[in-house]
Amino acid sequence: MTHPSRETWLWLIHRGSAVAMLPFVAGHLILMMLTVRSGLSAADILGRTQGSVSLVAYYGFFVLFVSVHAALGLRTELAEKLGWRGNRLDLAAATMGLLLLATGGRAVWAVYSVSA
Amino acid sequence: MLDVAVWRGTTEGSFEHFDVPRSDSQTVLDVVTYIQRHLDTTLAYRFSCRVGVCGSCAMKVNGVARWTCRTHVSSVAGDGHLEIAPLDHLPRLRDLVCDMTPFFEKWTRAGGAFVPFEPPETTVKRGFAAIDPLSQKRLEAEAGIECIGCGVCYSECDTVGRLPEYLGPAALNRAWTLTNDERDGRGASRLRAVAGDAGCHSCHTQMSCSERCPKRLTPAASIAGLKRASALAALRGKL
Repeated sequence: MTHPSRETWLWLIHRGSAVAMLPFVAGHLILMMLTVRSGLSAADILGRTQGSVSLVAYYGFFVLFVSVHAALGLRTELAEKLGWRGNRLDLAAATMGLLLLATGGRAVWAVYSVSA
Repeated sequence: MLDVAVWRGTTEGSFEHFDVPRSDSQTVLDVVTYIQRHLDTTLAYRFSCRVGVCGSCAMKVNGVARWTCRTHVSSVAGDGHLEIAPLDHLPRLRDLVCDMTPFFEKWTRAGGAFVPFEPPETTVKRGFAAIDPLSQKRLEAEAGIECIGCGVCYSECDTVGRLPEYLGPAALNRAWTLTNDERDGRGASRLRAVAGDAGCHSCHTQMSCSERCPKRLTPAASIAGLKRASALAALRGKL
């Protein structure tokens, strides 16, 4: 068994990112319900998101927390299900985290910058 | 009559069927003993105290790990069928006997030995440590101290099954009782022993250990305590 400090920090970050996501998930669901119920079209929505710094900040942090949380969760699964250890395990988790961050960030940027 | 299927062999093997007469207050250990004494003397199994103290006779009964000496047949074999197998996640030596070495090696790895915080001669001069029986630490230690090392929790733990290096509920429960023992001096080094990549943070809190513990202990709560303690130590830079 190795790296007690690192494993404990990763556990803390995993649990911390889960807690941090709670308000973002709740806010996202409420926003979606309000949007759908108010009958806004895609063009209407993009018209409101374009250039909105607060929206970029909100979803930017959301994507960041999701990327960290999912990558660490996947790291645990790879260790348990496939028996991966060491650099291969950390590299796989980091790759997944960066992939989520890149694709999520691209989506956030799209609704910020694309005009309706 | 009971229809009893008993595991024969090691990792490779099969269930052998025996007919065993029912009797009042019959335990599963009584059934196994009857088979060994009257039907097949080559059957290997392990027991000692027969009264739920030693933890030697744990086996899987109808798919669930139990202490067989305190498990009445009437509570598990309502339909007259019993299936008895050795515990999971341990090497099978023969028939119902497991090799408990990996189980107890993990107690050692988890810092399961008491390490006094001062030399014994100092304690002798100073007198017995005065521990408030209602202090939080004493209560935490009290909650887990009655473990008999039967291995039921270890057999029922899915994480042990997926991650064979995982220390397991019993060893971590032991580490938590010592972490709360005010006479123990191992401190952060024990937390380091249990917080690595196959330690307390690997627990998924499925709580099979607490559900199945025949002593009604809650190893899951002990593991949660170790998670908290190691996290606090990490935040303070002492891990």
